[in-house]
Amino acid sequence: MSESGATEPEEDAGRRVANEARERVHFEEEALGLADQVYRVARRMVGTREEAEELVQDTYARAFRSWRSFTPGTNMRAWLLRILTNLNTDRGRKIQRTPDQQPLEESDYYLANRLAAVEGEQALEEEQVVERLSQGSVVNALAELPHDFRDVVVLVDLGEFSYADAAQILDIPIGTVMSRLHRGRRILKQALAEETLT
Amino acid sequence: MSDGDCEKCEELLQGYLDRDLTPAEVTIAEGHLGGCEYCRRRYRFEAQLRRYIRTTASERMPAGLMAKLTELRGPTADGL
Repeated sequence: MSESGATEPEEDAGRRVANEARERVHFEEEALGLADQVYRVARRMVGTREEAEELVQDTYARAFRSWRSFTPGTNMRAWLLRILTNLNTDRGRKIQRTPDQQPLEESDYYLANRLAAVEGEQALEEEQVVERLSQGSVVNALAELPHDFRDVVVLVDLGEFSYADAAQILDIPIGTVMSRLHRGRRILKQALAEETLT
Repeated sequence: MSDGDCEKCEELLQGYLDRDLTPAEVTIAEGHLGGCEYCRRRYRFEAQLRRYIRTTASERMPAGLMAKLTELRGPTADGL
């Protein structure tokens, strides 16, 4: 056997290890670059800042351990949030309300109609009309949404995920994403109307 | 403009804002919005509301979290 024949497999192995380490570092850097966006979604899925921080840390710990299961070129932010929502469910979030106990939501125009009734139809024309709703009331209304609705609203309306991505993250059919989103937004508007216009 | 048209528009509006309507539905929604002040005001309101919720409910990552996440990384191989 020639010298080169003896050393090549070793070199290959060395190269493979180095390549893998490089891929892992690349993965970690890309994931860390998404941390703020992941946190913003996490923050509205749980009650407190501390819980959100903990959830994001658990998510990254798991992501860094199982980085090989991420397919390069696919949506890493969605992949991270899939881990995060699974962990959040594992944390023992209670199964709330059965479907027939879900709140009955008003129509899509409810908040606008209530505002128009209180302030006049012209109020809707104002440039910053929505700023009458305080930041606190928006945050409260989101926090009070039943969690099935809240997860979808937070992913689509805050995280700006597509219906398809949200369906994949939550492991539910796309039709369920759409119906929860539409109902969740209505419940949210109803809560905002009640909190700010009464 | 009949009330039925406004009801139809209300039904389509969220999908319209999500850019999730079929071309035929977009034609119905835009045709109605073009001629109905009542729905047009509500359309603008809904669009504003979406942006407002996104910005007000969004909270930046606390200082210090990035350092904690960085500590979770695997060992860095030499020479990389």
